[in-house]
Amino acid sequence: MTTTLNPKFTFETFVVGASNRLAVTAARTVSENPGSAYNPLFIYSGSGLGKTHLLMATGAQAKKLAPGLNIEYLTLDEYVEAFHAAVAAGQGDAFRRRFQNVDVLLVDDVQFLTGRAEMQAELLRLTEARQAEGRQIVLTCDRPPAEIAALDERLISRFSGGLVVDMGVPDYETRVAILRRKAEERGASFQPGVLETVAAAEFVNVRELMGALNRLIAYQAVNETPINAEAAKQVLGLTAAPAPAGARAPAGGGSGDEFAQFVSDVTVTVGKAVEAWRARVAEAILRWEGEGYRTHRLEALLEQDAPAAVDDAITAFITDVERLKALEAEVATLDPQAAGQSIFRDPEHMPEAEAAAARVRDGAGPPPAPSPAFPMAQFAAGASNQVAMSAVEAVLAQPGKKYNPLLLVGRSGLGKTHLLNALGLALAQRPGAIVACLSTQHFIDELIAAIDGNRVDWWRARYRGATALLLDDIHLLAGKERTQEELFNLFNRFLDEEKQLVFTAPTPPGALAGIEDRIASRLGSGLVAELTEPDREVRRGVAERLLAQQQVRADAALLDYLADRPADSVRALAAMVQRVVGAATAQERPLTAGLAREELEGQAAAGERRRTSGFRTSGIVVSSAGGIRSREKMVWDWPEPSDRVLEEPR
Amino acid sequence: MSLVNFTAREITCKIVYYGPGRSGKTTNLHYVYSRVPETRRGRMVSLATQTDRTLFFDFLPIDLGQISGFTTRFQLYTVPGQVYYNATRRLVLQGADGVVFVADSQARQLDENIESLQNLQANLLDHGVDIRGLPLVLQYNKQDLPRELILTSTDLDDALNFRSLPSFPADALHGVGVFETLKSISEQVLKRLAQGTTA
Repeated sequence: MTTTLNPKFTFETFVVGASNRLAVTAARTVSENPGSAYNPLFIYSGSGLGKTHLLMATGAQAKKLAPGLNIEYLTLDEYVEAFHAAVAAGQGDAFRRRFQNVDVLLVDDVQFLTGRAEMQAELLRLTEARQAEGRQIVLTCDRPPAEIAALDERLISRFSGGLVVDMGVPDYETRVAILRRKAEERGASFQPGVLETVAAAEFVNVRELMGALNRLIAYQAVNETPINAEAAKQVLGLTAAPAPAGARAPAGGGSGDEFAQFVSDVTVTVGKAVEAWRARVAEAILRWEGEGYRTHRLEALLEQDAPAAVDDAITAFITDVERLKALEAEVATLDPQAAGQSIFRDPEHMPEAEAAAARVRDGAGPPPAPSPAFPMAQFAAGASNQVAMSAVEAVLAQPGKKYNPLLLVGRSGLGKTHLLNALGLALAQRPGAIVACLSTQHFIDELIAAIDGNRVDWWRARYRGATALLLDDIHLLAGKERTQEELFNLFNRFLDEEKQLVFTAPTPPGALAGIEDRIASRLGSGLVAELTEPDREVRRGVAERLLAQQQVRADAALLDYLADRPADSVRALAAMVQRVVGAATAQERPLTAGLAREELEGQAAAGERRRTSGFRTSGIVVSSAGGIRSREKMVWDWPEPSDRVLEEPR
Repeated sequence: MSLVNFTAREITCKIVYYGPGRSGKTTNLHYVYSRVPETRRGRMVSLATQTDRTLFFDFLPIDLGQISGFTTRFQLYTVPGQVYYNATRRLVLQGADGVVFVADSQARQLDENIESLQNLQANLLDHGVDIRGLPLVLQYNKQDLPRELILTSTDLDDALNFRSLPSFPADALHGVGVFETLKSISEQVLKRLAQGTTA
């Protein structure tokens, strides 16, 4: 089916003139860089002006420069006929595949497209496929794409997307050059002036010019006498001055012609103007389809005869698409997998897309951040937590590098959670930091919810995106195999990426029950910093801070008194402070060391008053007998003061 | 100005030939009339005095048939050129989609040309139309007269065409340049269709 390239048709034999210089340059460029220069290259010109010559020359030159290239020349008719034959034989796909391997495809005479929808479709598909693969396609036609009647707008814009060049009728000098070269090729020589006479005759195309030349050669051969300019004119029937094509009919003659010409001109203009909206819609479809969006809405516009507000519709469409893009981008940062959903490509279903984005947003917002209720400034430092404090400072100086992981160990109520959150807050202030800081229980619950909602990937992505992971009460992982598995993976990833990990636990890792060895050993691989019972300094600091929070002016005596009270944890101390403040408020007396002693050491403290003062804090009720250390031996609540009296040793 | 009626699928263009008295506006219309097949043209209404001066206006409807599914009609009007018919001119100018300014190429008519062009601008302004936004072409008529009597296109361009509008030398009596002028103004008018539909 494929026509072989005519070896005579090369750039060397092509006479370049002003009328075709651009086309020849473009064709040469394409032959030197097939697929990358102008793709598609669309050359149009009147019949007989060298389209086929140029097309074949392009192929020949490309082959010459890169012999490995696969080059095919054929007319569009041939292509489509062969395609039909292949389809009829059930080989349609194989046929298309065959053309996918052609590096330079030269398609001649694409003007026969009018009203042949399937042929247009096939050409569109072919052009698109070739453009996508960076393979060259060169097309020729006898008119510009826009003038091929009933041509699919998409094709027009595809063609216009490459380079559309035309070749005009050669000028006189070019015609002389062509005649000389052709005469030379045929071994004929003419008297001076003969070829010039022929060239002056304004043949409408080169083919006719060649016909004239052939006639002269034949005449000269038959008569065996060199022909002169006059004789040449006679041979060619040029004695009467030839009316140049398109010369204006003299005024008064040819009634109606002018009007017909006028109508046809106006038709073209109207066609362009009235149908301009179609072009705009088609252009929009092309653009957004190219970006992978569904364009049913715009296609529906094309089916209408005269839609009311085309541009509004296009604008609305673009707005929707922009929104989809924004949603998709947002989702992509949260969950790359979800961003690929086709729902973000369909402007017909905006609410669904919004909903999908909202789902992702809910599921994969940033991980829980540290609580702002625990600022570092409020953490009372002292000898009892010095190790932990210095470890935290080291972590802040070099997150992820020095102590990773950092495990804060200590009994409940010693300030582990405070220190963890304070560290988290400080880490979060670093630029670009995403700090995940939460209790292990919360972590487990999230995972369960994620498994339930079938979105473990999102959940993982969320934590993987964090720059630091701080988990409180890691011992709660005991027996949670799946969470341990997830944490293990996360752990390794964080270590690899030098992202900080901080945990808190009541006991050193070795003593944690129910935690897999691989996790326990990793927990211990960084620094294990222990917080011990608050020393006097810490107690004083905490008491001072707590009182300041209650807006109580504390004198040194009160602070000393409180600091001297035995308290096995910060939490116990907090409860103590709460209690004396409550008592002072209830009695409407200023809080002094004396009042505190009175309250804490149980002198004349009425049960009822105590009850209203509400000293229940942190879930633990502190006995009025501050000296009692063993909780088991404490009586937690007294129903009646009288009951208590009975219990008291007399 | 209902240039394009999408519902009725009609395009109607009103083109007014404007210019000083005796510049050849009616002649333009007569030539067009003579070239339009009978089936395509309406009755040319011409209210002329015995001395061939337009008293009121000329009206020539042309049916261009179906173009892109639109029934396309052109309505060509001329105005009386004489200074004292300004009210009529203003009336005819109302709703014009495009104006052809027919200038008299005779050197001695230059002032009349300029005056008429200014009058056109003023009358358009009365209708709230900015001349700069209206499709307008210039025709330099009577170019067939002896060289010594007329100004060349270049001279007239210098004198009248300071906005670089399309301009055409013409000999309306013999039809030279008549359709070129009409084609140019039609294209300008029709190009506004595209903008019209964007609203």
